[in-house]
Amino acid sequence: MTQQAPTQTQRDSRDHSGAGPSLQATQEQRSHIAKVESTDPGTITIENLEAYYGNFRAVAPVTFTIPGRKVTAVIGPSGCGKSTFIRCLNRMHETVRGASSRGHVLLDGEDINGPKVDPVLIRRKIGMVFQKPNPFPTMSIYDNVASGLKLNGIKSGRPMNEIVEQALRQAALWDEVKDKLKQAGTALSGGQQQRLCIARALAVEPEVLLMDEPCSALDPIATLAIEDLIRQLAPDVTIVIVTHNMQQASRVSDMTAFFMMNEQRSGELVEYATTETIFTNPADKRTEDYVTGRFG
Amino acid sequence: MALSAADFNYRRRKLISAVMLGAAATSAIGMIAVLFLILGYVFIQGGQAIDFAFFTELPRPVGQEGGGMANAIVGSLIVLAIAGVLAIPVGFFAGIYLSEYASTTFAGAVRFVIETMAGVPSIVIGIFAFVLIVRPMGTYSAIAGGFALAMIMIPIFARAAEEALKTVPFSLREAAMALGVPSWRIVLRVVVPTAGPGIITAAMLALARAGGETAPLIFTALGNRFWQEGLTSPIATLPVQIWEYASGPYADLHRQAWAGSLVLVAMTVGIIGLVRLLYRGTSFRQF
Repeated sequence: MTQQAPTQTQRDSRDHSGAGPSLQATQEQRSHIAKVESTDPGTITIENLEAYYGNFRAVAPVTFTIPGRKVTAVIGPSGCGKSTFIRCLNRMHETVRGASSRGHVLLDGEDINGPKVDPVLIRRKIGMVFQKPNPFPTMSIYDNVASGLKLNGIKSGRPMNEIVEQALRQAALWDEVKDKLKQAGTALSGGQQQRLCIARALAVEPEVLLMDEPCSALDPIATLAIEDLIRQLAPDVTIVIVTHNMQQASRVSDMTAFFMMNEQRSGELVEYATTETIFTNPADKRTEDYVTGRFG
Repeated sequence: MALSAADFNYRRRKLISAVMLGAAATSAIGMIAVLFLILGYVFIQGGQAIDFAFFTELPRPVGQEGGGMANAIVGSLIVLAIAGVLAIPVGFFAGIYLSEYASTTFAGAVRFVIETMAGVPSIVIGIFAFVLIVRPMGTYSAIAGGFALAMIMIPIFARAAEEALKTVPFSLREAAMALGVPSWRIVLRVVVPTAGPGIITAAMLALARAGGETAPLIFTALGNRFWQEGLTSPIATLPVQIWEYASGPYADLHRQAWAGSLVLVAMTVGIIGLVRLLYRGTSFRQF
């Protein structure tokens, strides 16, 4: 049923097609996309990735590299395609009816959009945390964390208790729940539920953790706890976090990608650089206007 | 001037509101009153006729006082069990298909067919079961009766199960998808358990509905004044027994029919009460 996206708007793909090395260089210079060399595990190389809903192009071709074992923030005004973009990174985008993507996303050199790749297996390597905490209501705290392995029938070499404890410790939730692991996950507070969801995602030991505005439903204290957690996790897992909160991006991330809607209402990568550069010395006027709060 | 116009509008609005509220309240009270009249009448008439023997004894020969409907009570349970075994798996998977897998156009067509099926008069379903099962088998039977009731249950259960599955938020399916869980496992291990109370409710309400059906059983289970001799022979059921007794000329059998009605109504009310208890005991409604 999935519709194939049409080849459309040739004229604006010109800017991003990357026809040759020399053109690539000028393009990068013009559109302020930093070149990242990373050989750390969990490096994601994105080449001409575009996303569609039916015939509508939600994300115009994007090319950049997300370094492994670092935190990369994706910022931009509402409707600029940030969420759609990161949902392409673990092939969740295509689960929406009529949605499709094209281009390449390479995880450690392997194309996750390749013809023989099973999206289900990709999602075990690239986990995701959503805006609203969504623990499984029929499961206990313990079972929620174990669910990724249990539901997939994965036999890990280690005992399940150990895996659950480690994931909960990584998610900075262990001390709060260690005495009530059998209670329902939905009985926790919102911030705890979100950390439970992070623990659940970590238990399958992903290479990459995608976070789609993970703090937007949380109060400031719970938000700080999640941000601390993100910093602690970075040495072990690549994190890509979508946020509409610029302070949050500046606090937690190493790299920042700024997206904006273009004239065709498609999301476009305007600037990509170290977080420090984006917030102190942006190269693009639009980035500067956004981070200084002139719009958005 | 402007003030009085506003005043007039205000009074008119209050009046319309009062009339509408009155109409709604009258309808609600009228409906409850009818229900209580039916229940009350059945309880009074049935209560006078019912005794211990009603549950333990077979019908006596015509003209002899007393006896019971033990065979019909057991027969109804057997026929309902057969109907449940046939209808619940089919309805369950049809509900899953409609809610989880079908593309909108095809699901729409299936839904239309199911709704049409639910609207087919039960006597027609009885005749259908007669032609399909009773004639080839050469005998009325519990199996034929169970099949006819299953035909009545499937559309009710499938649609109700679909609705229950659809109340499971998409975010839970997404969460499981993001963990790399294959879609059939998401349905069986996440979606179905979350919708569990709703699905059980749907099955019980479908059973309650089928348990009171009479017309399809006349053509299929027929009835029996004695204990049934296995599943492939005619079997007594409460609704058919009530119908037979009530349409006869004997006062004693009329009393028995009232007692049977009381048992049938009590079973239905019992099932619905159980369903409500089940709902209260879960956190299902939070979602």
